[in-house]
Amino acid sequence: MIRALTTRRTDLAPFLLLLPAVAVMLFVVALPLLFSLWTSLTPYKLTKPASLYVFIGADNYLRLLSDPAFWVPFGRTVLFLTIALNLEFALGLGIALLINQITWGQRGLRTIMMFPMMFSPILVGFQFKFIFNDNIGILNNALQSLGITDQAIPWLVDGWLAMASILFAEMWMSTSVFAILLLAGLFAMPRDPVEAARVDGCNPWQVFRHITLPFLMPFAFIAMTIRSLDVARAYDIVKVMTGGGPAGRTELLWTLIARTGYENAQMGKANAMAYISTLLSIAFTVYFYRKLMAARRFMGGVQ
Amino acid sequence: MAEITLTGVEKRYGALRVVHGIDLTIAQGEFVVLVGPSGCGKSTTLRMIAGLEDISGGQVRIGGRVVNDLPPRKRNISMVFQNYALYPHMNVRDNLGFGLKIAGQTPDMIAKRVDEAAQILGLADLLDRTPAELSGGQRQRVAMGRAIVRHPDAFLFDEPLSNLDAKLRGQMRAEIKKLHQQVKTTVVYVTHDQVEAMTLADRIVVMRDGQIEQVGTPMQVFNHPANIFVATFIGSPPMNLLPGTISGGAVRLADGSAVPVPPRLTGRAAEGQAVTLGIRADDISPVGHGLSQDGPGAELDLSVVLAEPLGMESLIYTRVAGQEVQAKLYGPRLVNPGDRLTFRLALDRAHLFDAASGRSLEAI
Ligand SMILES: Nc1ncnc2c1ncn2[C@@H]1O[C@H](COP(=O)(O)OP(=O)(O)O)[C@@H](O)[C@H]1O
Ligand SMILES: [Mg+2]
Repeated sequence: MIRALTTRRTDLAPFLLLLPAVAVMLFVVALPLLFSLWTSLTPYKLTKPASLYVFIGADNYLRLLSDPAFWVPFGRTVLFLTIALNLEFALGLGIALLINQITWGQRGLRTIMMFPMMFSPILVGFQFKFIFNDNIGILNNALQSLGITDQAIPWLVDGWLAMASILFAEMWMSTSVFAILLLAGLFAMPRDPVEAARVDGCNPWQVFRHITLPFLMPFAFIAMTIRSLDVARAYDIVKVMTGGGPAGRTELLWTLIARTGYENAQMGKANAMAYISTLLSIAFTVYFYRKLMAARRFMGGVQ
Repeated sequence: MAEITLTGVEKRYGALRVVHGIDLTIAQGEFVVLVGPSGCGKSTTLRMIAGLEDISGGQVRIGGRVVNDLPPRKRNISMVFQNYALYPHMNVRDNLGFGLKIAGQTPDMIAKRVDEAAQILGLADLLDRTPAELSGGQRQRVAMGRAIVRHPDAFLFDEPLSNLDAKLRGQMRAEIKKLHQQVKTTVVYVTHDQVEAMTLADRIVVMRDGQIEQVGTPMQVFNHPANIFVATFIGSPPMNLLPGTISGGAVRLADGSAVPVPPRLTGRAAEGQAVTLGIRADDISPVGHGLSQDGPGAELDLSVVLAEPLGMESLIYTRVAGQEVQAKLYGPRLVNPGDRLTFRLALDRAHLFDAASGRSLEAI
C-alpha cells in the first residue's frame, strides 16, 4: 500500500491499462449519446443537413410537452405496459404454480414454455397479423366455421381490438419470462415456513397469500424490471401487426419516434421524444428495482 | 390442553413402511420425548400428529377427537421446527402474532399475547428485528414464542436444539423445561439425543426402525431397559455387553469365568441359554473408586488399556473375557495404561438379555 503511494509508475498503471476500454466506451456510447442530445436541441431534419447547426434550446421539448400527438401515445404506452405486466404476472404465476405441482414431464413442459421466446418478435408479429386478419385470418375463419359468429371481426382494424390483439401477441411471446422466474422462485422456496404457516392456522389460500407470494415477489420484480424495459421499447410487433394504425390508434412511443425520425425526417424532434421515453424507462426500472430491494431485504440470511 | 392418542399409526411411502403401527397415549400436560437414531421415523410420527403428513393407517386422536382427516389448522397444535421455519419477511412481532392474526383475534389481544410471550422468552428487545437479524439461539426463541402465543392444545417439537452449539443447547434445554413447568401444556418432543430425552421427559418413547422399543420414565428406561437396543442407546457411554451362557445360576463368559449374577436376573433364563450380560461403565469401578460398595458384586483384576481423565472422574478402557469394556473411576486419581487394578462389578445393577432376541430377562 505504502509502496504504491510512493512510486508513481505503479500508480498510473491501472489507468493506462483501462485506457483502451475507456476510449472504446467514449466512442461507442458517449459520443452518439452527446450527438443525439445535441440534435434534440436543434430543428435537425434529415433532409436539411444544415439544420443540425441551428441551436434552438429546449424548444423541441417545450413543444412536445403541449403536444397531444405525443402525449396520447405516451399514455397509451404506459397503459399498455401496465396492463401487459399485470396480466403477464398473473398468468405467469398461474403457469408457474401449475407446473410446480406436476411431477411427471416437468422438464419437458419447462422447455416447451420457453418456445415463444425463441422466435424473433418480427416473425411473431407476422404470425399474429395473419391469425388476426379479418378476411383470411384463421381466427375469424375458425369462429365462423364453429358458428360462433357469421361476421368478420375486425381484429386489427378496430382501435381497441387492435390494441388487444397486440397485447395478446406480446403476452404469447413473453409471459414465460414471468413463468420461468416465478418457477425458479418456487423451486428455491423453503418448505418449512409453509408448514409452519399451515400449523399456525392458515388455509391453502392464506399460505399462498401470506407466505408464498411475499417470497415470490422479488422474483416477480426482477421479471417486471426486465419486461418493463422490453415493453417500453415495443416497436417490432406493433410495426408489423398494425403499423401504429388504424389512424394512430395503436401508436406507441417508439413507433411514433421512428415515424417522426425516419418517415418525417424530423430527427431533432424524434430525439427529444426518445429522451423523454428513456426517462420513462428509467423511471419504471428504478421503481421496480426499489421494490425488488425492499422485498429482498428480508430474504437474506434466513434458512 | 389435551390428551393425544395414537392407535396402530402407520406410515407408508408406496411399498416402503417407515412407521409400523404405533400405539401410544400421551396424557394431558405430559412431556413425552420420542428418541431414537436418525431415520427411525420420529419426525414422521410427529408430523402425522401435526397433520403435515398423511396417516397411512391407524388413528390419531387429540383431545378425544379423531384428527386423521383434519388439516393442521384444525388440530389446534403448534410446532417448533428444526430449522426454526420463521417467516423471513416478517419481523419478530409479526412472526409471533401471525397465528393469532390468521385466527382473527383483535389487535389488542394479539399485542397482549405477543408481549406476554416476549416476556417469558426474553424477546422484548428484539420485536422489531427480522429473522435475518437474529442469532441462532434468538431464532429458536422466536420459534418457541410463536408456538406458545396461540395457547394450543399441544406443542410438537422436532429436534429444536440440534442446530445450536453445545452450550446454547444446554441453556435452551433448561428453558424448555422451565417453560413446560410454567404452561403445563402437553408436549411431544422429538430428538436423537438421549441426554435431551433423559433431562426433559416425563416419559421417554424409544423408537427404532419405525417401531416403539420401550416406553417409560427416564429412570425406568435407564434402569430397566427392555432390550439390548434400549440399553445401549440410553446412557453414555453405551452399556458394555458381554456374551455368555447360563451355567448353574451364573453367567459363564467366553473365557470360562463365571459371573454370579443375582437370581432376579436369571429367574427367567434356562440352563445353557445363550445370553448377553449388560453392565454400565458406572457399575465397573476400581475398588474404593466406585459409586456403590455394597450389594452383590464380583471383583476382577484387570489391566488398563486406556484412561480418559475427565476431572472428577475418568473413563477407563479395559478388557473382560477378551472383550473391550469401559469402566469409570470416581475421584481425581491418575491411572496409566498397563496399570493393573482390582475392579468391582456392581452386579445388582447388571442386566441380562436373551442373546437371540435381545430381550431383557429381568423379572419385572
Ligand atoms: N418422502 C419420503 N419418501 C420416502 N421415504 C421417506 C420420505 N420421508 C421420509 N422417509 C423415510 O422415512 C424414514 C423416517 O424418516 P424420519 O421420520 O424423518 O426419521 P427421523 O426423524 O427419526 O430421523 C427414513 O428412513 C426416511 O428415509
Ligand atoms: Mg427427524
